[in-house]
Amino acid sequence: MNLAVCLKRVPDTTTKLKIGPDGKSIDPQGVEWAISPYDELAIELALRLKEKAGGEVVGVSVDPDGNDVAMRKALAIGLDKGVLIKGGGNFDGWATAQVLASVLKARKFDVIFFGKQAIDSDAFQVPTMVAHLLGLPRVNVCTSFEVDGAKAKCKRQIEGGEETIEVALPCVISVQKGVNGIHDKRFPSMKGIMAAKSKPVESVAAPAVESTMEVVKLEMPPERPPGKIVGKGVDAVPELVRLLKEEAKVL
Amino acid sequence: MNLLVFAEVRDGKLKKSSLETLSEAVRLAKPLGSKVGVALVGEGIKAHAETLGKHGAAQVFAVDSPRLKFYASEAYAKAVVSAHQKLGSGAILMAATSMGRDLAGAVAALLGSGAATDCTGVKIEGGKVVAKRPVYSGKAYATVAFKKAPAVLSLRPNVFVAQETGGTAAVEDLAVAFDDADFRSAVKEVAATAQGKVELTEASVIVAGGRGLQAPENFKVRDELASVLGAAVGASRAVVDNGWRPHSEQVGQTGKTVSPNLYIALGVSGAIQHLAGMRTSKVIVAINKDPDAPIFKAATYGVVGDALEIVPVLIQNLKKALAQ
Repeated sequence: MNLAVCLKRVPDTTTKLKIGPDGKSIDPQGVEWAISPYDELAIELALRLKEKAGGEVVGVSVDPDGNDVAMRKALAIGLDKGVLIKGGGNFDGWATAQVLASVLKARKFDVIFFGKQAIDSDAFQVPTMVAHLLGLPRVNVCTSFEVDGAKAKCKRQIEGGEETIEVALPCVISVQKGVNGIHDKRFPSMKGIMAAKSKPVESVAAPAVESTMEVVKLEMPPERPPGKIVGKGVDAVPELVRLLKEEAKVL
Repeated sequence: MNLLVFAEVRDGKLKKSSLETLSEAVRLAKPLGSKVGVALVGEGIKAHAETLGKHGAAQVFAVDSPRLKFYASEAYAKAVVSAHQKLGSGAILMAATSMGRDLAGAVAALLGSGAATDCTGVKIEGGKVVAKRPVYSGKAYATVAFKKAPAVLSLRPNVFVAQETGGTAAVEDLAVAFDDADFRSAVKEVAATAQGKVELTEASVIVAGGRGLQAPENFKVRDELASVLGAAVGASRAVVDNGWRPHSEQVGQTGKTVSPNLYIALGVSGAIQHLAGMRTSKVIVAINKDPDAPIFKAATYGVVGDALEIVPVLIQNLKKALAQ
């Protein structure tokens, strides 16, 4: 099977963010970059599918500034090759989708995988938009994905339940943590890291696209008003309940 | 600028978060003197027009078809866009539920626009739609401005207040020409995974447990407290990674982002990625043995001590307080 995984480079989840001098973006100083965690699960799902059905897995990523750390990591984990789309750092979801679709359209993929969201913009929309642009069915927040001939049977997480969706291949899938029992990313082996160096990475220029939204301000969340330590141990319980009832009025 | 709201119906019930979204649209439309319409999509959904009217919708566009019994991304998007064209709306709003998040992208793609998801604030300034939304899972907030109309927005549940204003909506049946391609991603079946349980992202009270509960079997203490409060249950990443609790309960950057009225954290240390997912909760209670745990910095009320000893006493006291 011919499989694609779309990857995004994001600050590692343990990063303490600082706002940059432009007031619209984060300060890249001291940020450790990683593959967005849900994309790592998409990589694992794609690799398992390849190990069963054969074929190859291609990583596709937008690289705004020549920092290809996400792609290099993905190749070390096991992707066969990569496509880096150069340019464009301030894309909104629609612009990103158009850029990705321009690369994906030219190649025939059976399944295009995404993480359910990138953990920086948290926008939940690029997979759907890519599917729209390519005229493909899509299933977001997938918890189960099984290929059966020319079809895929998917389960999708919703509030308090699960939807079953059957789509024809080719299709676009975005994955939730726990998809097909996958909770953890695959770590690169030493052999994988060495092999990654000789794997082909194609560079293509991003097509001219325009964002429909712009960030006008980025700020830290408002500080929570200082709280109080009610007390220690079980003796503090009556006072805690009184505060919840009379002061906070949440009971 | 007319505003269109998508009303979500699940299991025959109109979502509370859709009413929150509608009420916010009504508040935005009032100073502009513009009209709020609602796209009501599904099968046998028209009875909900009355509730929508009471919440300030001037017009309801009903797209009612047996084919729309379950969610179908493309078809629902087409229905919403039809209502948008009929109303001539400058912004399309929906609740950021799992359906709403999917639909926002699908609607925006049909219109050739981006979508602002999970917004916690919306303004219309000089004919432009400006939205505030959490990014980096709530570690920061971005204010985004739409450069073109219509703006597509999803609003975070539990942030905006649903309000009855009284009124009656004019109901118009909208005939939408669907083709088979509109159902290529359609849902075939819906199964409830947690019957009767309160969904985390929609809950007004959440009780979460962390490693401080010491063992998976001790989570019954958390569950008991939750049942007294009618709360949903959450967990920290550490206990999910340990396999003590399922990922569906995880609160934080690689789990769910929540903003209930009351969040009670039992034995949760308060790692940065956990705080990102719950710091917008209105009242936070932390119970933790370690007085230096970062969770106390975010907490409205903190109790230093072993949650396993404190919670049974808390349950007794709460039962008394709730009975009064």
